[in-house]
Amino acid sequence: MLKITELHASIENTEILRGVNLELKAGEVHAIMGPNGSGKSTLASVLIGRDGYDVSGSVQYEGQDLLALSPEERAAAGVFLAFQHPVEIPGVGNMYFMRTALNSLRRARGLEELDAVDFLSLAQESMKLVEMDQTFMSRSVNEGFSGGEKKRNEILQMAILEPKLAILDETDSGLDIDALRVVASGVNALRSEGRAMLVITHHQRLLDYIVPDYVHVMAAGQIVHSGGKDLALELEANGYAGLTPRSESTAQVGATV
Amino acid sequence: MSAPTTTTGISDEVRELANQEYQYGFTTDLETEVAPRGLSEDIIRLISSKKNEPDWLLDWRLKAYRHWITLTPPTWQHVTYGPVDYQDIIYYADPRPKKQVSSMDEVDPELRAMFDKLGISLGEQERLSGVAVDAIVDSVSVATTFTKKLAEVGVIFCSFSEAVQNHPDLVRRYLGSVVPHNDNFFACLNSAVFTDGSFCYIPKGVRCPMELSTYFRINAADTGQFERTLIIAEEGAYVSYLEGCTAPVRDKNQLHAAVVELVALDDAQIKYSTVQNWYPGDADGNGGVYNFVTKRGMASGRNSKISWTQVETGSAITWKYPGVVLKGDNSVGEFYSVALTARRQQADTGSKMVHIGKNTTSTIISKAISAGHGENTYRGLVDIRHSAVGARNFTQCDSLLIGKDSGAHTLPYIDVKNQTGQVEHEASTSKIGEEQLLYCRQRGIDEEEAVSMIVNGFCREVFKMLPMEFAVEAQKLLTVSLEGSVG
Repeated sequence: MLKITELHASIENTEILRGVNLELKAGEVHAIMGPNGSGKSTLASVLIGRDGYDVSGSVQYEGQDLLALSPEERAAAGVFLAFQHPVEIPGVGNMYFMRTALNSLRRARGLEELDAVDFLSLAQESMKLVEMDQTFMSRSVNEGFSGGEKKRNEILQMAILEPKLAILDETDSGLDIDALRVVASGVNALRSEGRAMLVITHHQRLLDYIVPDYVHVMAAGQIVHSGGKDLALELEANGYAGLTPRSESTAQVGATV
Repeated sequence: MSAPTTTTGISDEVRELANQEYQYGFTTDLETEVAPRGLSEDIIRLISSKKNEPDWLLDWRLKAYRHWITLTPPTWQHVTYGPVDYQDIIYYADPRPKKQVSSMDEVDPELRAMFDKLGISLGEQERLSGVAVDAIVDSVSVATTFTKKLAEVGVIFCSFSEAVQNHPDLVRRYLGSVVPHNDNFFACLNSAVFTDGSFCYIPKGVRCPMELSTYFRINAADTGQFERTLIIAEEGAYVSYLEGCTAPVRDKNQLHAAVVELVALDDAQIKYSTVQNWYPGDADGNGGVYNFVTKRGMASGRNSKISWTQVETGSAITWKYPGVVLKGDNSVGEFYSVALTARRQQADTGSKMVHIGKNTTSTIISKAISAGHGENTYRGLVDIRHSAVGARNFTQCDSLLIGKDSGAHTLPYIDVKNQTGQVEHEASTSKIGEEQLLYCRQRGIDEEEAVSMIVNGFCREVFKMLPMEFAVEAQKLLTVSLEGSVG
């Protein structure tokens, strides 16, 4: 589904991604771990088309050149990012926002738009998933939401928008254990054969709840280790400290375990 | 010159001839009677006589004119425009066919087509929305609907001209009582030459059974618009008044200098809502309407309340400060405003709240959006007089900038002469967030729709004060006005 080859990205002449290679297949959940500043969030930003990066290399998504698409075209193609810091949009109702988003995607895919009533019944199922009640929907997008509420709101959008490729950027950051459990069970419920997930996290903790098929370790803008879910546990025990960047070829092999 | 003249002036014969020329100076072009360009006492006499006005009104107009010629246009506002040639303006144009209109079917089909194009077909309004519409095309009302139904509860809603004929005592009592004939340059000009407008009277204890609505429309080329609106709410009365304005594309700047006066007696409430989308001029700043308007309410009675809500997306230049004079004890004044300037539009707008009575309160919520090369200035006065024991004001001015060439300015004037007064002022300026845009676009919403959504959210506090159908129109207008201002 997603094949990243020799991806470089720099911002204001500082290279942050230094040749990332990674391949995800439908149905797989990949975790990317790594210390702060290793380039994890930049990878997510580049994949959704955030402005301001000089990018080279290739990203093939479902046979398309993902880097050539605008952010909204990527969304229409099924790419979704659960933001690390979801932004507040004052005065815009959460429900209205999500319906507009869903209808934009449906329009791009040649489907009929949903009216408010149909949307609400669809949304209600998803709201149960992340234990959100109706009052969330009538509030402004993320405005005055607690950290946990914001993250649940991201997963809710993921449930409603049904992406093919879901990228979760530090979705566990700032969550207490109860909120983490809610978010994780929401994500787990959304795992499916046709969907790939890229879970970016700083802590092994999240991976106790969302058990990945593969774990990759990022350092200094490259993927330096790849392995199965046990790699996360090793890291938990030994830390990132001992890790040094491997050669590119090794990383590629690792990435396609 | 073949006509003989004397050194002492113009002979009686010539004077008579000149007057005659004015009388017959009208051209019946496309059924529009048009006065010659320029302004003089004779033109004012002509307007007054055309409208069959009583002498006191003519005198009032002349008094205003004689004061106006001593004034110079204000220059303190933060807008720039070339000088207006007041002698190059036609001060009277009457689009009404000679035949009296008694029902919608008799309204000029071309006129109706124009309304249809604007999506405000009178017939439809009449049938579907239960809104009484007093349609002003150029300077004369062509159709007033629902008058009968309103009359049953004693509400008078008619054109200003009709009010002068049918309710002269009310007009005489209140005209100029809030905005005097010598108030400011533009109000003074209006007082001299106003041709029509709306009049509304809600008797004691009556809650007006429907929203009253007027659609303004500038029609004939080079016709200045000088409407005069007067709304009086007697003790315990309530009225909600909607004013919507649209104008067609014009190459030449058009001056619009209206005056609106509101009077609220004890326990009365007036809610006045405006959606204004006159032609803003093209991307280079050519054309567009000059909107120089004086709007003021007199909350003269105890516990009276006057609310202004405005959504200003049009006009090349907007100069208006709807205000409330809070004279009655416990009276309340409110101002909710959205002003959008795109292209090369300029707006200098805000509110004036003058606290005179005890325990008077006022609220000002101003949302300014600047896109393109738009310049937006909030200018507001909160004036708490000696007598205003326990007066309170809350002002919030938020500015949203879109793009790098737009500007926003906030100029609050606060004058507190009573120590018990409380004045709060909050102001913010933000750029439309890259992060907000990215968030929307990541969810599949394209950039233009995202901007419109964010801007509408920014304005929601004001929109929710508008009657439903106006709020919907206002949102659409913002979206249309912002088209092409991103990317």
